[in-house]
This record gives sequence, structure tokens and C-alpha cells, in this order.
Amino acid sequence: MAEITYRDALNQALVEEMERDESVFLLGEEVAEYDGAYKVSKGLLERFGDKRVVDTPISELGFTGLGVGAAMVGLRPVVEFMTFNFSFLAIDQLINSAAKMGSMSGGQVTAPMVLRGPSGAALQLGSQHSQACEAWYLHAPGLKVVTPGTPADAKGLLKTAIRDNDPVVFMESELLYNLKGEVPDGEEFLIPLGVADLKREGGDVSIITHGQMIHVALRAADQLAKKGLEADVLDLRSLRPLDVESILESVAKTNRAVCLEEGWSYGGVGAQVTSILMEEAFDDLDAPVLRVTQADVPMPYNKRLEAWAKPNVARLVEACEKVCYV
Amino acid sequence: MSELSKKTRKNSLDKEKMIELLKRMLLYRRFEEKAGESYAIGKIGGFCHLHIGQEAVAAGCIAPLRKEDYVIGTYREHTQALAKGVAPEAVMAELYGKAPGTSGGLGGSMHIFGSDVGFMGGHGIVGGQLALALGIAWGIHYRGGDQVCVCFLGDAAVNQGAFHESLNMAAIWNLPVIYAVENNAYGMGTKFSRVSETEMSQKSASHGVPARIIDGQDVVSTYTDFTEIVEEVRQGAGPQFVDVQCYRFKGHSMSDPVSGTYRSKKEVEDKTENADPITTLADQMFDSALLTPEELKEMDMEAREIIRRAEAFAESAPEPDTKSLYDNVYSEINPNGRLFFDGRVI
Ligand SMILES: Cc1ncc(C[n+]2csc(CCOP(=O)(O)OP(=O)(O)O)c2C)c(N)n1
Ligand SMILES: [Mg+2]
Repeated sequence: MAEITYRDALNQALVEEMERDESVFLLGEEVAEYDGAYKVSKGLLERFGDKRVVDTPISELGFTGLGVGAAMVGLRPVVEFMTFNFSFLAIDQLINSAAKMGSMSGGQVTAPMVLRGPSGAALQLGSQHSQACEAWYLHAPGLKVVTPGTPADAKGLLKTAIRDNDPVVFMESELLYNLKGEVPDGEEFLIPLGVADLKREGGDVSIITHGQMIHVALRAADQLAKKGLEADVLDLRSLRPLDVESILESVAKTNRAVCLEEGWSYGGVGAQVTSILMEEAFDDLDAPVLRVTQADVPMPYNKRLEAWAKPNVARLVEACEKVCYV
Repeated sequence: MSELSKKTRKNSLDKEKMIELLKRMLLYRRFEEKAGESYAIGKIGGFCHLHIGQEAVAAGCIAPLRKEDYVIGTYREHTQALAKGVAPEAVMAELYGKAPGTSGGLGGSMHIFGSDVGFMGGHGIVGGQLALALGIAWGIHYRGGDQVCVCFLGDAAVNQGAFHESLNMAAIWNLPVIYAVENNAYGMGTKFSRVSETEMSQKSASHGVPARIIDGQDVVSTYTDFTEIVEEVRQGAGPQFVDVQCYRFKGHSMSDPVSGTYRSKKEVEDKTENADPITTLADQMFDSALLTPEELKEMDMEAREIIRRAEAFAESAPEPDTKSLYDNVYSEINPNGRLFFDGRVI
């Protein structure tokens, strides 16, 4: 076990999987000579050469399609988006090609690949550079969506995603790249998709969240504890496949749930989780399920307004108290 | 290609090859006619884009390829799939939405695949396949193989961003891909000259990809020119852009009239009479005493019989199971977690 950053954990995962499997290669803007816009691919060019670590032009649609096409003939591309904000230029290839390839070819052709990069807001980057993008990709069957929130998860989940036989949308966070944490050693450190992680155990309310937001949830849980309320903090880790069992288990115990996510509320992750709770845990619930999300506005630049628009500890604490009727 | 070089090669094509091309085109024509008939009586649904009039493109561009080479195309791809070696029964069954169809009836007319023979699919988003072709060619380059990837596109697709992104990257990495524009002069009802200030053959210039013009109504020149291009690319010449000039004899899709406001009846009649790729080749062969009308008739009967059997197969084939809907959405069902949220029970 070593303490390393989220960034280095991702880097290790890439190195190990590229060493293990020759069909794995990385492509994207600035991934090679520049070492990656966020330095995730540092040193990879030197180690693997320019056939396996490929700098592309700024052509998201084209290089994402390249990834899907290469996957169709048996390679395992890792496509890096400088940030997921720019993946919208490639959304046609994600939704219309990658997600549908298996089904529309009757299983003849598949697209085993990873599409990765940071998603969500950093600080004061304005509306076009600050948005959580998971809901866009969760909507489409055929894609898997993974959102690691810790260095260990970043490594273990990326390795699994690269080995998975389907297109996996892998969303990191600009705010987490420098986060340090314990990461188990060993090339076979793999975290299965579809297994949530109970980050903190309490009995009074379930906070259901993922990605960067788990850190907001843990801080809120500390504050709640001081007020005498103990929260379960469930990190979903992978949104599709989704660990429904763990969600139901937690809510069966607490009878109350608050969904916390970075993105907008309409059609978001919390909307899906709430719907599952209505359908499958109605009798367990003692209060309506609440959601804490970003305000329904494009992210503002102004520092105070940005903080107001983001989901935060105070809003989450308030929502938890509300479902506990205190 | 100069006119002269075209002629010399034309003469050099042997009789056997000409007969093969003729047989191929007859098969493609009869296949599409049958598809049209079946569509009219409701056996085939959805969008259905016929290739009638453009058979020389499928025959001439695909016959020079090896089995290991790749072809990727648009929604107007039935005959290209046949040309690459997908069985007519399986393609027809797919059009009928039946279980033994190429995609188990889940793909339909616009999504025919035959990965075992290198046919990497019909793709329905104009321009989408251009980016995929880039990746297929990347795969060849990555593994150091000598295959080529032929990417068909319509004339209208050159106005998509994907076209330019694909050509640029293919050029900087010298990838083995041939962009074959089936330039039938129209994208649905829009004449190419209305949506492009420059000529087709200029489209690849800014990417440094060499361009050629081929007479796509003449299968012999299409075949000979394409054979040469394929060999060049196989030997490392890098991406090529080919303006294959052709003409669609039917409507854009089955729901579109043959002529209408965007092109005159006379224009279509002129082309059908004077530029039918099958008659053109047959006439050439009659003139050089390489074929008799009786032999042509016999070949046609053979083609019709193959298509009759394909249609009978499709007609009697079983419907896909409802359960099969979920079989290939994911190729790996993870042991943990839920992938489907519709709550449906089969
Ligand atoms: C991105 C996109 N926009 C619009 C359409 C609808 N559409 C289908 S075919 C077509 C015309 C394409 O013409 P062309 O590329 O010349 O090919 P052709 O049909 O002539 O073979 C259009 C507009 C589409 N399928 N995809
Ligand atoms: Mg056209």
C-alpha cells in the first residue's frame, strides 16, 4: 500500500494495462509530448512510443470515431478527452456508434474501449468548462459509466474499465487529481464495476452519491454527526452498472435517502435512484427522497454565485435534516 | 486517370473477369429489385435505400479487394455487403427483420454487417462511418498489416466535419484508407452544386490526400482504376480520395419518388437509357464478341434464381425472440450491479 495522488493512480493503471496488453493504446489531445493536459499520461510516450501514445489534432468527433473503429477491429483504445465538456463534439460517435455497435450488428462487432477525462466543475471556469456530464451518457444503453472519487478507486476502476468488453465512459475530476490516498499495490488490483462502496456507516439517513461529491458528503456527515444524526455515505462508484442492491440495503436500514450529485437535477442520477427507491423500496421509506444538485443554471463565473450554484455541504445537511424531520 | 490509360486497361481486362463483373452486377440489380418489391408489399419496413443504377460501384470497387480487406459504408449498402461476400439469404433475412438476418433482425436495411468477411457495417448517420474507417485503418497500421479499408460515402457527406477530420488524420498518419465517394450528384433532393462551392475532386486537396475521378457507370474502368488504387495503398501510398461518378436510378429511399421537383423525369430517363452499368458492359462484350444475348439471359436467370431463394429463405425464416433484444446491447454483463432499468420481465 502506498500513498499516491489520484493522478498517479490513473497513470499507474494506464502503464500496467499497456504493459499487460499490447492492444491497449492511448490517444487524445496533448497526451503524448505534453504529458497530458492534466499530466495523467506523464512519461507514457517515452515508455511506449508514439504508436501507443498518440497526440491527435483537436478533432474530438474524428479521434473518438478512430477509437470506436479501432475497437471494432480488436484493439482496446483509451480515448482521453481533455475535459468531458469537449466530448459533446464526439457525442455522435459515443451514442450512435459505440453504444449501438453490438446491438445493431447482432453481436458481430463490439467496441471495447475507455473514454476518459475530467468531468464536472473546477473553480471559476465558467459555463462551458464547468459541467457534470454523466447524465448525457447514462441515458444510452450500451455504454457503461464509471466515476471514481478516490485514488484507489481511480486505479482499480480504470484497470477494470480497460479490461471490460464494452465502451466505458470514465469520468475523473479536475479537483481530485492532486488528492492523495492509499492505493493497494499489485497489478491485479481490480475493482469490479457495479459495486458501490459504503464510505461511512450511520443509521439515520442514506446519502447516495458518486465521484467528487463523495467528499462533500463526508464533510456533511461529520457535521450531521455533531448534531446527533448518523449518515450512511454510499459512493456508487459505477453508475451503469449500478449497485442497486447496496442502495436498497442502506435505505432498508435508514428509511431515509438524500441523493447528492454535481449535475443538474432534470433527468439526473438522483432522479434515477429516486425512481428505483419508489419502485423497489416504497415500504421502507419514512420520508420523501430528496435530491441535492447543481442549480438549474449554466455555471456562473462569479465566485460567490458559483459557490451558490454548486451543491454544497450546507444544502446537503439541510436536506438530511429535512428527511429526518429535525 | 487519362482517357487513354483508361482505354488500354479496358482492353486488358480478360473475358473471365468481365463475366464475373457482369454476374455480380446482375445479382445486385435483382437483389435490389426484389427488395423494392418486398418493400412495396410491406415485407420490408423502415427506410430502404436502393443501389439500383450504382451496381458498377459495388462491383468495381469491391471485386479488387481481398477477404481480409475491410469495407465500411452507409445506409445504401445492401449490394456492397453482397460484394464483400455476405450471403444474399442473410442480407434479405435482415431486411425482413428475421432471426437469421445478419444482425438477427435488429439492424435492418441500414445496418448490414459481415465482420467475418470484413464488411464493417452500414451506418446511418451521414459522415459517421468516416470516423470509424479511420479507426479500422488505424488498426491495420497498428498491427503492421497490408490490408486496406475502403470507406464508401455519399456526395453529401463531404460537407460533414467528420469527413475533414478523418481525411486529415488519415493523411498525417499515412493510413491505408480509400475514401470512395459514390457521387450520384444528389443528397436526397439536394444537388451537390447547390451545397458546395467547389468541385468534388477538390475536396481532399487541403488535406494533401490525392484525388482521382472514376467513371462509376462503367464497371470495367471502375474495376481497373480501383485495382490500381488498392495496390498503391497496399504498398503504403497512404489515404486516397476517389470521386466515383455515378447515378441513382430510383428515389433516395423507397418513400421517395424516382423523379420530382429536384430532378426531371427526362434526366432520369436519359441516364437509365444511356448509362445503365449492366447494359453498358453487356454491349461492350457483345461488340467484342465476348458474350451472346443467350448467355446474358442465362446469367440473368441464374441471378434471379439466387435472389428467389434468398427471398424464400427470408420469408420462411423465424422471427427473432423478444429475449434476443437484450443479447448484444452489452457484450459483457458484469456480475455486479444493474445494467437495464426498464423493469421489463421477459
Ligand atoms: C447526420 C445526418 N443528417 C441527416 C441525415 C438524413 N439523410 C439521410 S441520407 C441523406 C442524404 C445523403 O446523401 P449522400 O451522402 O449524397 O448519399 P446518397 O443517399 O446519395 O447515397 C440525408 C440528409 C442523416 N442520416 N444523418
Ligand atoms: Mg448522393
